[in-house]
Amino acid sequence: MLRDARLVAAKDLRIEWSSKVLTAQVLPFGFLVLILFGFGISPERIVQGKDGRSVLEDVSPALFWLAVLFSALLALGRSFAIEADDGNLDALQLAGLEPAGVFLGKTAAVAVELAVLEVVVGSGALLLYGATIRHWLLLIVVLVTTTLALSGAGILYAALGAGLRVRDTLVPLLVLPVLAPVLLGATRATEAALFGAAADGWSWAGFLGAFSLLYLGAGILLFGALLEES
Amino acid sequence: MPNPSKISNDDPAAVSGRDHVASGTDAPIVQLQEAVSLIGQFPALAGVNLVVGPGEVVLIRGPNGAGKSTLLRLCSGLASLTSGAGRILGHDISDRAGRRAVRREVGLLGHATSLYDELTVEQNIRFWVGANRSDETMVEPVMHRFGLDGRLRSVRVAGLSAGQRRRTAMAIVVCRRPSLWLLDEPHSGLDEDGRTLVDDLVVQAAQSGATVLIASHEVDRVSELAARTVVIAGGRVHTGEQLGDSTDAS
Repeated sequence: MLRDARLVAAKDLRIEWSSKVLTAQVLPFGFLVLILFGFGISPERIVQGKDGRSVLEDVSPALFWLAVLFSALLALGRSFAIEADDGNLDALQLAGLEPAGVFLGKTAAVAVELAVLEVVVGSGALLLYGATIRHWLLLIVVLVTTTLALSGAGILYAALGAGLRVRDTLVPLLVLPVLAPVLLGATRATEAALFGAAADGWSWAGFLGAFSLLYLGAGILLFGALLEES
Repeated sequence: MPNPSKISNDDPAAVSGRDHVASGTDAPIVQLQEAVSLIGQFPALAGVNLVVGPGEVVLIRGPNGAGKSTLLRLCSGLASLTSGAGRILGHDISDRAGRRAVRREVGLLGHATSLYDELTVEQNIRFWVGANRSDETMVEPVMHRFGLDGRLRSVRVAGLSAGQRRRTAMAIVVCRRPSLWLLDEPHSGLDEDGRTLVDDLVVQAAQSGATVLIASHEVDRVSELAARTVVIAGGRVHTGEQLGDSTDAS
């Protein structure tokens, strides 16, 4: 299983490196979302009773994760578009790869892409919104668990629509409601890492970890059946 | 046209079936009884009866939409058997486990080439060789045989012609060393050299003990390779013709 996962992840990352879609489209899209949010919320507005923070700084965790979530939809859609275009899903099944290995490989590739995106867009958010980090360890744990949750659940639902002509519009409709709790948890935990007490954030980080484990487990068990039906 | 005398079994790129086929068992490789397979609600195969023995080369012909491609997909374990009975390479394809077992032992060259546009020819071949758990030492000789070892090696698949894509896909099938070859219009898009190469591969596969089903509209060309022709129309096998005479296969 792990051999197959490594093979699929390396192939997906090589394709992304070669196509430059991440750097030429997904990253600029993430930045654009951040900047547009900045235009929509005035940086001069101050939140009452919150250490003089601006509204923009106060909502920066939510804006950051929204930008990551929207960008993740592009990465997830692409992850299966490359398989569906020329009968590659059939070839993956004929190859006799472990379905769980294919799932883990595609999840790992999307997770790496999202990690790059989070570092770059996160740096942009800190600069644009003027936020500072108080609890680095909590933030790193939140980034890791949220990335796994987004990519694991996302790949599982993207596989549902893989063989359909309407997958580009259907997959976001399936994925966004499922990922709403992840967005909530990641935002609350990131608020704690930036502005609050770390203890408030660890419970949310635990929730994100449980969510990611749940979907990674479900993907390992169910991905074979999903591939059969796609 | 194929020239078997030119084909050496010492060639590392030579086609060979897997061991159990070469071991000489006489059990049918393809055995379908009243096989029905649906695409959505449409019965693409509506009660097919077909028996193909080891080492046979069979031409499947019929009009567009007759069910030729679905028959090959059923034999590959990709399409499911809705009713009837079927055994491919000894595996019962009425259950999922049987279909999965079949998939590992067949080589399917369909209309799609299953290549990644953003990867080079060599990267594609090496990925699929790894995924198929094929012998990696076959890569270089097979690429050489298909004319993919020169300039084309590092060309992205998106930049290839249809014929070059077809050659690359065929090279991957050869590296799989399948026991059952399922070729859907294998000459399509190829120049004369490529078409001759396909013919040689079919002859060589049969010589090595593998079974070959070829769906093709190029009846004259493939008839020279095949020992038998099966005619399919409306999702049913209508006749099976031995070369030189005609018998009912269903």
